Amino acid sequence: MITGLVISDWCFVTIEDWLKAACEDAERRGLADLKPLLESLARSLAALRDADRLIDRAHLVP
Amino acid sequence: MIAERQSIRQVMPLLRSGDVSPVDLVRQCLERIDARPELNAFITVMRDSALSEAHTAERQIAAGRYRGGLHGIPISVKDLVDVAGTPTTAGSAVPPRSPDADAPIVTRLREAGAIIVGKTNLHEFAFGTTSEESAFGPVRHPRDPSRSAGGSSGGAAVALLEGMCFGSIGTDTGGSIRIPSAVCGIVGLKPAFGELPCDGIVALSTTLDHVGPMARSVADVSVMFRAMTGTANTDEPSSSRRSYVFGVPETYFCDRLHPAVRAGLARTRDALARAGHEIRTVTVDHAPRTPDVYLHIVLPEASWYHAPLLAQYADRYSRGVRLRLEMGRYILAEDYARARHLRTILRRAVDEAMTGCDVLLLPTLPIPSPTLGATTVDVDGTAEPIRAAMLRLTQLFNITGHPAIALPAGTTDDGWPVSVQLVGPLDGTARLIEIASVVEAYSTGGDGSVGGGTG
Repeated sequence: MITGLVISDWCFVTIEDWLKAACEDAERRGLADLKPLLESLARSLAALRDADRLIDRAHLVP
Repeated sequence: MIAERQSIRQVMPLLRSGDVSPVDLVRQCLERIDARPELNAFITVMRDSALSEAHTAERQIAAGRYRGGLHGIPISVKDLVDVAGTPTTAGSAVPPRSPDADAPIVTRLREAGAIIVGKTNLHEFAFGTTSEESAFGPVRHPRDPSRSAGGSSGGAAVALLEGMCFGSIGTDTGGSIRIPSAVCGIVGLKPAFGELPCDGIVALSTTLDHVGPMARSVADVSVMFRAMTGTANTDEPSSSRRSYVFGVPETYFCDRLHPAVRAGLARTRDALARAGHEIRTVTVDHAPRTPDVYLHIVLPEASWYHAPLLAQYADRYSRGVRLRLEMGRYILAEDYARARHLRTILRRAVDEAMTGCDVLLLPTLPIPSPTLGATTVDVDGTAEPIRAAMLRLTQLFNITGHPAIALPAGTTDDGWPVSVQLVGPLDGTARLIEIASVVEAYSTGGDGSVGGGTG
């Protein structure tokens, strides 16, 4: 669960779903040591989506 | 015997007059390479071809056919760049490619008369900032082999620092020319995006990759840059202007710095102001978004490039590089597009910060040379992952494409180099070099020394 960050609700794939699927796939491929990196990437993804929403999409949000 | 750390500009007239032979220069560089194998600066030493080319240059110059530019000057090429007849290993145990043609940038250097002494070591596939993940051993800093020379063009910087060549070709996707230049106390230029061709160079991230020169002085970088643009023998740009306007972006770029880095920037800034230049504090809007935008561009682009190699040779990559490449495979197209859109916003923000200024002045790297093997570094009391810390101040200008140059700016109390960075307008690399030559005298404290006194 990513907490403390606003998650854009128009994104088709939520960050929670993305992270769960990515970690499961990494595990299946024998890359369990990728999981902490994916968790870190999820935090960066949340920040990216926030930036996208807050910086240049504000006019699109009702 | 030429002093080991003389500049290209110092040896050019000696070569032209015949007082120094290209053969002697190449031999001297080869001796220096042989003297410090433990630094792992080179992957391939092109001993025979370099000596053969030096003999040819010697004959040409003796016959009155001095070509100017880099004629007879020994240089090194990062082993990410194709040189005909030598493997391009990219510092990896993945099977190398074997080019039968030079990369265009190498062709231009040869046309300007440069002699290539070898291919330098790097962080594997240029995907790291410390040059320690290499199938050819970690690049070690000449001052202390337990410390990093920076990366990914670490071997190139060490080769310059140790007199193994007079100029180096590096590549820069997030700071890989400027970071080792900062760590080793030399000058490194990342030109504007697309200004120099990246054909014949192993890609890391095709929309972030740059190639550029590294050398012991701004004047040398200028000579090399003009050779790389195919204009080696044109007149050097000059300006009659006496003063420039420097914008210093303090927020984000000066938030967390090693005290010696902060002092180096302050010293440079104060010296420029005393000399009559104008210093303004400016802001780059959204700069803290830089690492997130960078990650969501570099990771998928690198994964795309490496997909066929990963399918065959995944186990031959070093673990850290493999994992970074695997991460990129999970980034969604929609998020890549988000990052690409934010990139245009960041580009606009840098342009706006530069309005009314000639260049931006900021630190290159928040820390001096890190210890090899460390995963975090203490930056002014805050623990930060090494990779994030080392990319923090350089990667924005790969995203935006603005030209940037790293200059020595003194040392820590115990002699480790620190550096400042100048960033110019998108169409202003030549002007950036011109201003860098002005700043250089102030940033180095006036002694023009390189390498932080490595002796």
